[in-house]
Amino acid sequence: MIVPADQTKYDELAAFIQTVDASEKSLIAVLHRTQTIFGYIPQDAQLMIAKALHLPTAKVYGVVTFYSYFTEVPRGKYQISVCLGTACYVKGAQDVLKAFQDELGISAGETTKDLLFSISQSRCLGDCANAPVVMINDELYAQVHSDEVPAIIKKIRETEEYA
Amino acid sequence: MITFMINDQEVTVPEGTTILNAAREIGIKIPTLCFLKEQKGVEFQSASCRVCMVEEPGRQKMLAACSTKAWNGLKVRTDTPRVIRTRRLMVELLLSNHPKDCLICHKNGDCELQTLAADSNVREVSFQGAMNKCRIDNSSLSIVRDMNKCILCKRCEEVCSNIQSVGCLTDVGRGFHTVVGTVFDWPMTDTTCTFCGQCLAVCPTGALAEVDNTRKVWDALVSGKTVVVQTAPAVRVALGEMFGMEPGSVVTGKMVGALRMLGFDYVYDTNFAADVTIMEEAAELVHRMKHGGVLPILTSCCPSWIKFIEHNFGDMLDIPSSCKSPHEMFGALAKTYLADRLNVPREDMIVVSVMPCVAKKYESARPELSVAGQSDVDIVISTRELGHMLREIGVNFESVKESDFDDFMGESSGAGTIFGVTGGVLEATLRTAYEWITGETLENVEFEAIRGFEDVKAATIDIQGKPFRVASASGLKNARKLLNSIRSGEAHFDAIEIMACPGGCIAGGGQPSVHQDYSILEKRMAAIYGIDEAKTIRQSHKNPSVIRLYEEFIGEPYGEKAHELLHTEYKLRKKM
Repeated sequence: MIVPADQTKYDELAAFIQTVDASEKSLIAVLHRTQTIFGYIPQDAQLMIAKALHLPTAKVYGVVTFYSYFTEVPRGKYQISVCLGTACYVKGAQDVLKAFQDELGISAGETTKDLLFSISQSRCLGDCANAPVVMINDELYAQVHSDEVPAIIKKIRETEEYA
Repeated sequence: MITFMINDQEVTVPEGTTILNAAREIGIKIPTLCFLKEQKGVEFQSASCRVCMVEEPGRQKMLAACSTKAWNGLKVRTDTPRVIRTRRLMVELLLSNHPKDCLICHKNGDCELQTLAADSNVREVSFQGAMNKCRIDNSSLSIVRDMNKCILCKRCEEVCSNIQSVGCLTDVGRGFHTVVGTVFDWPMTDTTCTFCGQCLAVCPTGALAEVDNTRKVWDALVSGKTVVVQTAPAVRVALGEMFGMEPGSVVTGKMVGALRMLGFDYVYDTNFAADVTIMEEAAELVHRMKHGGVLPILTSCCPSWIKFIEHNFGDMLDIPSSCKSPHEMFGALAKTYLADRLNVPREDMIVVSVMPCVAKKYESARPELSVAGQSDVDIVISTRELGHMLREIGVNFESVKESDFDDFMGESSGAGTIFGVTGGVLEATLRTAYEWITGETLENVEFEAIRGFEDVKAATIDIQGKPFRVASASGLKNARKLLNSIRSGEAHFDAIEIMACPGGCIAGGGQPSVHQDYSILEKRMAAIYGIDEAKTIRQSHKNPSVIRLYEEFIGEPYGEKAHELLHTEYKLRKKM
């Protein structure tokens, strides 16, 4: 997958690194910011962070792969998060997840080729009364049934087309 | 001080002592796999293997002896049925995700996990489950990484990061999928790995190994070509260990005899080439001093150190001596001077190096160390690999008839010998450079101040009333410190020696494993100095074979022919 390099994002990251202590203790904070800026943590950013914090890049990579929050896979413009917490699970969230995966042709943790959608699993979004719930970016979808999934995706695609 | 009981023995130790160390003090053995006591006594406990569990009777939870500090009045037992059962269980758990191909593993007979499984009387592995499936990284010419055999003790990571400051190994992933890997899972050849091999020197299993070149040597020996072999200084003080001999045994004669038994046509000494290195390096030093060249001059014998400076100090590539390492000088001279003397065409000669080092394997393939695509040194094997080859032919090493090196490139001075220990190359340089600069005879050739296992050894030598500042460092972390202090202008030196392995080549990654008994290294070091002391000729420029080489073939040290054959260049590599 080719992701166009975005210099302004790297500039933003560089500016942030300027504000922190150039040592290992700033690593987690810098990685958080990187993920916020890019939506994921590209290799070039890891190389840049390692240099700035005077760490071996292997160390940075080790931390990135350890925490499940960090991802090296670019995330889509629409990040679909399917809740698999207990309440959602018993209400059929697995089927909902499967429906999204089938509809988009990707697995959880992956991103569509057009960089529009990515799917992730989450554990309890705190809205158990409306289980099963799905969040797409900041929008909450309540009591989702797997049958509704194609329509949800279709609507987003249409919005994108006319945007 | 605290007093507590281990089994039925009372032990009094300083507060803060771990159960493991207290037990060792009174001769009670607690097995360990992940625990690593480093050369300088620093302890590394990842406490991940859990085979050192001991029992405090009455307490449900067991204690990990390596990482639990004992307290006053504690009572622990290392010998109860529960302890023994638990230990066996831990080993079984480790084995449940470990390939059981010990019979054909290169570590067969030298593996800490195998020994522990035997000692723990494991007769079955009751756990069947998923096995790791990792790609074997055999991208490099020096080291093979088979992470399927890794038990995640993390000793390699510790050594790579904290002893060598290379930091090319890291934990990748988490949980069952955790693997010790490289940056972005790149092959080793794409990383900053220097191939020092200290990781494989501490690996308790077969997860890290040298690239085995013994088959190539066997093929060479029946190829019909003239096969010449050279042996590095540190090999002769360690090879005996492969055959149960006392550490520190000097086995030069037996080693030469055994190499003849293997079928090598000529057996030579890298120590001779070390003397040639000194001729060149001392001449280069004098040249730099006379012509206002860059100082300090840095020794360049260690390929791992060279790769380290190429990656990390790209702005300082003008300070290492341009001298090739001794075994590469040997290769270049073997295929010119020796080929001519023996009347063998260059292409019909195969040069084999026996080295204490795995980085030499990668070094010999550097393109600048070859002629028309043919490397000056064709095959490099480690001390261990030579030991394995000798075992293959069933040699009774202790009774091998001693033999001498062959003529032309077999004679060496004491100065060539001490290349095998930290500080040795610098000392050997001084033994010659002093006389060349002053024109006087050096009365005492021993420079005690730059000997020993200390991190960095600095001294100031008086040369005709002028201070000459020298330093030697071993271990790449110490090298980094030293170079940083030079770069910042904090320290000033005229000549520096650096060896990647702590203690020098005697502690190389290709040497027989010491399994954390560092007294073995001290014995090897003493053996090297013993060889030096026993020599009548202790300065490189007084070696008659070296004098003959320069008179008949090379001409002036650091001259035109010398540059063509004995000097090299370095390249800038990516820092990561």
